[in-house]
Amino acid sequence: MVVKVVMVLCFLIFAPFVGGLVDGADRIISARMQRRKGPSILQPFYDLRKLFSKQLISVNNVQLFLNMSYLVILMIAGAMLFAGADLLMVLFILSTADMFLIMAASSDSSPYANMGAGREMVLMMAYEPLTLLVAVGFYLTTGSFHVETIINQPVSAVLWMPGLLIGFMFTAGIKFRKSPFDLSTSHHAHQEMVKGITTEMSGTALAIMTIAEYYEMILLLGIFFLFFVNSTWWSWIAALVICAVLYVFEILLDNVSARLKWNTVLFGCWIVTFVAGGLNILVLMLG
Amino acid sequence: MGKISKSPWLLHYDASSCNGCDIEVLDCLTPKYDIERFGIINTGDPFQADIFLITGGVNSQTAGVVKQIYSQMPEPKVVVAVGICACTGGVFKDCYNIKGGVDTVIPVDVYVPGCAARPESIIDGVVKALAVLDKKQAEMESRERK
Repeated sequence: MVVKVVMVLCFLIFAPFVGGLVDGADRIISARMQRRKGPSILQPFYDLRKLFSKQLISVNNVQLFLNMSYLVILMIAGAMLFAGADLLMVLFILSTADMFLIMAASSDSSPYANMGAGREMVLMMAYEPLTLLVAVGFYLTTGSFHVETIINQPVSAVLWMPGLLIGFMFTAGIKFRKSPFDLSTSHHAHQEMVKGITTEMSGTALAIMTIAEYYEMILLLGIFFLFFVNSTWWSWIAALVICAVLYVFEILLDNVSARLKWNTVLFGCWIVTFVAGGLNILVLMLG
Repeated sequence: MGKISKSPWLLHYDASSCNGCDIEVLDCLTPKYDIERFGIINTGDPFQADIFLITGGVNSQTAGVVKQIYSQMPEPKVVVAVGICACTGGVFKDCYNIKGGVDTVIPVDVYVPGCAARPESIIDGVVKALAVLDKKQAEMESRERK
């Protein structure tokens, strides 16, 4: 019980800092891939500090509230994962959080924000089937949806679900807002629809959204972690290293690929879901 | 260094430029100059921008756009006029459709002359603008305290 409370508190307190550092490292690695020097690793924190100090221009009364909801619900989802609770529930709450972001973007009058919200919904349709299959895969492999049981298996789950891991890397690419999947908003400056869902978020509202994205990033890396961890102590270190390698792979993909059209993303993800995810589940159910 | 000068996000608008200065502004993002090392992001969104960078003189079609973008930017904000046309109107000063420099429409904090302005001088101008930003933020915070 004490361990669980400590894990949850660590997540709630340190996730934004770790997320910010990962983002800072991400920007440096991206810059080096483009032969640039890149900003300081602490740049995301400088950005956040500035955003909080800016004048708040709110386009309406509800946007800040919806952004706060997005943050709080993501904190709940992450806290449940780190408490060793039900994985299926974590994934459902994760989708709920995203709905609040879509509502926040739809609440203003900017056509760019509304278009971003529409695209975000298309992206949800793309990644949601596979996300659920991942939870089912963990159940078939370990006999439980509980994170606590999943991490105490004698062998890592990835041995039984490699197809689902490949599928989840697609999903994570969408969630991390990495090219070629960054349809709804992008970390890069210019995009065909300005900043998509964040177009009308300024100052504090954008800062809250960014912090929520850091919580989400740590949550997703936590699910990657579940693929590799088992009851031995060294598997924790190995899982952390593999998570880092997978994230660098996502950065590489971000830098070498151009943005896809929404229908290519949607059908591409569904094909991956059916081929890699579906075959994997089929083998698990037969075996 | 103040809060804002470590993370200035800039918005670039072409009021009526011949694209000479625009290309030099984009040059600043390339590996040779790499303004992202100062934390500068070339954003397209006035709601998230701190520095408003304008190239070209203002004409009657773009005057309204310049005013609107300026009004959408949250305080504190600074305006940098890049190129001689944005500073004074340049060779187009006496044209029937040109109003003149950017300062005929909105207040300008830093002028970067040149035709086209070189990337080095644009970066120098932006760094000067950072000092103005810090000053404006300090004034804003002291106003709030009162």
